[in-house]
Amino acid sequence: MNQPAPRALIAEDEPLLAAALQQELSRAWPGLQIVATVGDGLSAVRQALALQPELLFFDIRMPGQSGLDAAVELAEDWPGTGPSARPFPALVFVTAYDQYAVQAFEAQAIDYLLKPIQPARLQKTVQKLQQALANHAPYAIDLEATMAQLRHLLAAPGVVPGSSASSGAALTLIPASSGNRVHMVPVAEVLYFEAADKYVRVLTAAREFLIRTPLKELIAQLDQRVFWQIHRSTLVRADAITTVTRDEAGKLHLELTGRPEKLPVSRLYAHLFKAM
Amino acid sequence: MSAALHDRDGAWRRATPIDWLDKLRNLLRTMAFCLVIAAIQCAFQPDWPYDIPLRYSLAIGTLCWALIDFGRHLFRPNPDTGWPAGIPGLVLPALGIILGYLGGNLLAAWWCGFSSWAPGGGAQLRISIGITLLASFAVIYFFYSGSKHTRLHARMDEARGQAAEAQLRLLQTQLEPHMLFNTLANLRMLIGTDPARAQQMIDRMIDYLRATLSASRSTEHPLATEFERLRDYLELMAMRMGPRMAYTLTLPEALRAVPVPTLLLQPLVENAIRHGLEPQVAGGRISVRAGTRPGAHGPLLVIEVHDTGAGLPPAPPPGQRFGLSQVRERLASLHGSAGTLDVQTPSAGGTCACVTFPLRPAP
Repeated sequence: MNQPAPRALIAEDEPLLAAALQQELSRAWPGLQIVATVGDGLSAVRQALALQPELLFFDIRMPGQSGLDAAVELAEDWPGTGPSARPFPALVFVTAYDQYAVQAFEAQAIDYLLKPIQPARLQKTVQKLQQALANHAPYAIDLEATMAQLRHLLAAPGVVPGSSASSGAALTLIPASSGNRVHMVPVAEVLYFEAADKYVRVLTAAREFLIRTPLKELIAQLDQRVFWQIHRSTLVRADAITTVTRDEAGKLHLELTGRPEKLPVSRLYAHLFKAM
Repeated sequence: MSAALHDRDGAWRRATPIDWLDKLRNLLRTMAFCLVIAAIQCAFQPDWPYDIPLRYSLAIGTLCWALIDFGRHLFRPNPDTGWPAGIPGLVLPALGIILGYLGGNLLAAWWCGFSSWAPGGGAQLRISIGITLLASFAVIYFFYSGSKHTRLHARMDEARGQAAEAQLRLLQTQLEPHMLFNTLANLRMLIGTDPARAQQMIDRMIDYLRATLSASRSTEHPLATEFERLRDYLELMAMRMGPRMAYTLTLPEALRAVPVPTLLLQPLVENAIRHGLEPQVAGGRISVRAGTRPGAHGPLLVIEVHDTGAGLPPAPPPGQRFGLSQVRERLASLHGSAGTLDVQTPSAGGTCACVTFPLRPAP
């Protein structure tokens, strides 16, 4: 069976470096087709979903959204089942220099490339990718493995600027302002947190509040055993979860006592709900 | 008013713990002085026995020393000298000498079995008061300068250590690996596509690196040179960021030769790029502008670094804090309160960092 030429997307904010990578790739892998080159993390996700290439080269430090965050978002939104489903692309991170990231990648099967990109090193990456694509028809880069690797990377210290694995002081009260009042919301009453645009919604059984603290900072101040992250934008009280259901598209949703909503669980965190 | 009161109260706090070994050393030194004084007295009055001036000298000297050296722990010391600050610093030795002289005389009289206060001893009394005063001043000065010397040394060592650390941190931020390797990666590409521009860029990088490495060694250079170094850095960043970054440098002809601290503006421009432009998908523009305005004590030099970027982050990352605090520290050490750094978020968006310090005419 003759496979079509593999297609790749490059996300790199520095135009010269994007051109350089494209050039080196065309030398190392003449059959590869570069379908798009984007300069920021948000476009990277948009274009990758639209074009569904087999390969992704993501720079880590990009404006708008880092390469890591873009990969997480893409993994969550990637159509996994159904007629339009395609295997998740093989992901290669490109980074100028980041000790921690490099350490994290060292242990991983997802490849990484250090800038300036050396032709010999790129050749190795290309061989790895070619093997991965050839071994499977249709080439299935295991999404589960990719998810595990991303989780591992997100937890590695120093990889994501501003994220810290160390948890700060445990939060017990959340000051949420509405108009000229400040409500002190006890964390013990919160059922879930949901990031929405510039705010985070704080939901209790009876009410809803808005706060400005980013979800990433909240996570650091909450007990991870009490609140589980189930999606890039959702944090739920674990002991309030009643049921988890899988819809026909294979997506998981969960319900909480005291709230009517069904909350989607992303692929990245689906492993939490594997039946024992 | 309340501050003054508080200070007076503070003067009574025993600020320094007593170092007994140090006190023993001082006692032995004082006694050595007393021996010398007694020997001098004997040299001038060979018919006197040696032991009487020796007893007097030891009694008066030791008592004076004990009163002053232990008394000073009742007051807050001046950090430079270790001597009590302000009025107590003068009153304490005076009281110590008077009480030490009177008490020492009584002690010595009891020790010798007769008193120098006997009638007709006027000349003797004058001599002994004179000797006490002279000797006391000599000893106090000796201890005072010794203590000042060791304290200044300690502070110099501390300052040296801090300077070295600041220098190292400056190097670490300037030679950030991300910047270095990305710049090299860009150069690697340019060498193939545009060799002339690659050469230009390498020259800029050489200037940038040289300035960074020698910034700590020379303290001042002309404002024109400072702007040239900023241009090196901005050109390197323009090469990397392409159309996402534009910049303007505005330097009036009259200010070109004005001396400024080396690479003072570098961290501000770096912040504007790293925290202003880089996070924004659309990038933005940076403008650096030098000018003057009248101040209370003569004209002031005003340099503004303005960017149209993302604005100040709510909690500045550590790197940014270091950049700003480093600029503030340098301004304070050079110009005291006359040097200021003001960071604002204009209503139009972006960030504006403004450095102001007294304008010194070109040499």
